[in-house]
Amino acid sequence: MSTENQALIFELSQEGRAGHSLPELDIPEQDISDLLPESFQRTEDAELPEVSELQIMRHYTALSKRNHGVDSGFYPLGSCTMKYNPKINEDVAKYPGFAHIHPYQDESTIQGALELMYRLQTNLEEITGMDQVTLQPAAGAHGEWTGLMLIRAFHEANGDMNRTKVIVPDSAHGTNPASATVAGFEAVTVRSNERGLVDLDHLREVVGEDTAALMLTNPNTLGLFEEEIEEMATIVHEAGGKLYYDGANSNAILGITRPGDMGFDVVHLNLHKTFTTPHGGGGPGSGPVGVKSDLVPYLPTPLVVKDGEEYRFDYNVPESIGRVKPYYGNFGINVRAYTYIRTMGPVGLRNVSEYAVLNANYMFRRLEPYFDAPYTQHCKHEFVLSGRRQKKLGVRTLDMAKRLLDFGYHPPTIYFPLNVEECLMVEPTETESRETLDEFIDAMIQIAKEAEESPETVQEAPHNTVIGRMDETTAARKPVLRYTKEA
Amino acid sequence: MTHRYLPMTEKDLQEMMEVIGIDSVEELFSDIPKNVRFQGDMNVEKALDETALVKEMQRLAGRNKNTKDYPSFLGAGVYEHYIPSIVNHVIGRSEFYTAYTPYQPEISQGELQAIFEFQTMIAELTGMDLANSSMYDGPTALAEAGMMSAGHTKKKKILVSETVHPESREVLVSNAKGQNLEVVEVREKDGVTDLDHLEELYSKDVASVIVQYPNFLGNVEDLAAIEKIAHQEKALLVVSSNPVSLGVLQPPGAFGADVVVGDAQPFGIPTQLGGPHCGYFATTKKLMRKVPGRLVGQTTDDKGERGFVLTLQAREQHIRRDKATSNICSNQALNALAASVAMSAIGKEGLKNMAAQNLQKAHYAKDKLKEAGVEVINGTPFFNEFAVRLPKSVREVNKELLEAGMIGGYDLSIHYPQKENQMLLAFTELRTKEEIDHLANVLGGVK
Repeated sequence: MSTENQALIFELSQEGRAGHSLPELDIPEQDISDLLPESFQRTEDAELPEVSELQIMRHYTALSKRNHGVDSGFYPLGSCTMKYNPKINEDVAKYPGFAHIHPYQDESTIQGALELMYRLQTNLEEITGMDQVTLQPAAGAHGEWTGLMLIRAFHEANGDMNRTKVIVPDSAHGTNPASATVAGFEAVTVRSNERGLVDLDHLREVVGEDTAALMLTNPNTLGLFEEEIEEMATIVHEAGGKLYYDGANSNAILGITRPGDMGFDVVHLNLHKTFTTPHGGGGPGSGPVGVKSDLVPYLPTPLVVKDGEEYRFDYNVPESIGRVKPYYGNFGINVRAYTYIRTMGPVGLRNVSEYAVLNANYMFRRLEPYFDAPYTQHCKHEFVLSGRRQKKLGVRTLDMAKRLLDFGYHPPTIYFPLNVEECLMVEPTETESRETLDEFIDAMIQIAKEAEESPETVQEAPHNTVIGRMDETTAARKPVLRYTKEA
Repeated sequence: MTHRYLPMTEKDLQEMMEVIGIDSVEELFSDIPKNVRFQGDMNVEKALDETALVKEMQRLAGRNKNTKDYPSFLGAGVYEHYIPSIVNHVIGRSEFYTAYTPYQPEISQGELQAIFEFQTMIAELTGMDLANSSMYDGPTALAEAGMMSAGHTKKKKILVSETVHPESREVLVSNAKGQNLEVVEVREKDGVTDLDHLEELYSKDVASVIVQYPNFLGNVEDLAAIEKIAHQEKALLVVSSNPVSLGVLQPPGAFGADVVVGDAQPFGIPTQLGGPHCGYFATTKKLMRKVPGRLVGQTTDDKGERGFVLTLQAREQHIRRDKATSNICSNQALNALAASVAMSAIGKEGLKNMAAQNLQKAHYAKDKLKEAGVEVINGTPFFNEFAVRLPKSVREVNKELLEAGMIGGYDLSIHYPQKENQMLLAFTELRTKEEIDHLANVLGGVK
């Protein structure tokens, strides 16, 4: 990784330089003042940089060298499914027939796009065991909100106006309670038991006439399968609530089990996790939502439907929750996910989950002797370790994460889930080779030894990254959120 | 099965199972109750090898008429602009596109710095103090602004102009329902917001006034007058803007807007059927701690070197959980990068040139269409879009245009029933004189 500090692009700017080749104006030019009254005209230029094309390329190439992606090295970030992003997906998304089509073109001119969306929906319905899927939501959090709004619409249509609470486990991702709030619900926490699973007795206590839904990730954020899912579904359904499946961990279950069969009523998937669309440094993603038949009437508009041999948008959804996203979702991302599904097929998808789970268990068993393992049953696609033992030696989980940077790895997710002390959450994914897993395991074992023998090596890490630990306190106290040209 | 994405060999498998202490992978799933265990193969489309896959995907892409083959006059919130070749080369660097959200600053400086630069460019364009790292798209950014205004002012009513993108208004309404807010529409009059109606609806219970500039019909709203009304009490003024237009138009920040949102799609991001695009969200220092989504800030490391981190995270879902200001996690980082590269390439002078060309081309088209006998509906200043009234339905006319090798404009009657036979046409720097003349000819001949 390049250690040279990279100037801001604004600092490279020189008046009179340009990096574009805009079309020549091929019509008679009119005086701007004849076209736009003076009071509407911009008086102060926007200070965009003035740089040449090569300068831009070098600038961003230098930045890219200061960035770690899956293609740079192992990225076992728990709950994020940082698997390989196939290159063919990127090629396909750039076909002019996919990249350069406008959302308001006549349906007859975008039949291929509609067919692709319809086929993707149908495949996702089968994969999740749901009756209908919408591709509208832009990301996982957006899918959560959409799903909860569907549940809200369902209860309201039944005159059930007092279902104001959404139950989330204490191990849930922060988006779950945040989405509940944004959808107008109150989030209620249900405890986990000593095996890391939802405490059914506590669930029975918190569930009631005010329950709108239970949001659950299965396998949960500890990487453990909620074995009592059928019982949980019964408890929630008998109380009149709905079951929401957070698909963040779907990489463990493809062709193995389906949310629809487990009793879930609503599902969202993160295509940027399970279905290999790139994370992009934080988006764009795609978060399709699938529902059981009783929630279909409330799906966001428009739906993509097949009419004989023709595909079209259906806006005639009288009870719809309305529009959640302009146009038709993140189509370009959906193209990539469909390409991936067609690459794998039904057997390949099942193999994905089998290997994802095998890899996680292999790493788990090899690392178990060196760290505390709060839960010991077989994990699914990810597992959690606790740095309690190392903490007693003065080495925090944060220190170990920073030390991993020295080995060229992106560290696992840390301090999440919140219910595990000094948590490390490791998700290897199925696309990593045995050699990579072994090398990472060796690095972790070395760090565990360092914690005992030379803790300062870990405490002072990282040692060879482009920058050291950042002063995040000052960043938040005196925020500098933009460049300002020095006078 | 061997597969190019699945590297484990049979030997690996056996050895790994031994370490785990199992005889078959199936044992790892033994905790899944039998009743919910899926049996057999899913009914998912079968796998294709790469060659067959390319053929199939080309078949699907080939069923779409694309705007590289057919000159298009569609805009209405999504615009086809010049995309410098360099954009794809930068965003194609997989250190960027295969990375996650930059939680580990030591190995994410590239992404963090690129976002910091994006935030700066958006703040510059909009004339605001600061901008966030991006939102899903313009309409959801607008809805988030509405939600933020309610949270900030503790008021429950949002006034939104009928001249705001119809799909933005629809997304706003869906979001407002979640928060139990009331959305009231301000009427359009002569192509712009009816200021008398705005004045009439305005009260101290209003959280925000939301307008679009230039508006959905292409016209430039009188922001100075709107600002006066909006700020009589505590309400925020939220303005949605096409960022290209801000190359010639006085930015909303100069008129006292509190929040400026929009979509950076016109900068380097293909239309791709409406997504993914790249919402932006700019605001004032005063509202900095209410901003939804990620923010990147500048700081120093333990050796005093300049560096960048995600900051003010106490606003966000992963810290605040149910008290967060929004539930948004991922933004559109890669598209923000594309927009940054495009804005860097186009640059300070290029932006003025590009914006002026849009203005020039649209006005040339207006004159040409009038000459050809087409009725142009327009009384106020406009940027790169305006409406025409046709003798028959837009759908029918678009068929004729398609036969003539063009993709026509947007059917305004879809969202404005009173605007029957009205077509909204967009003209960017990409439309040539020849294409515009051809359009005028064909539209002039419509009976």
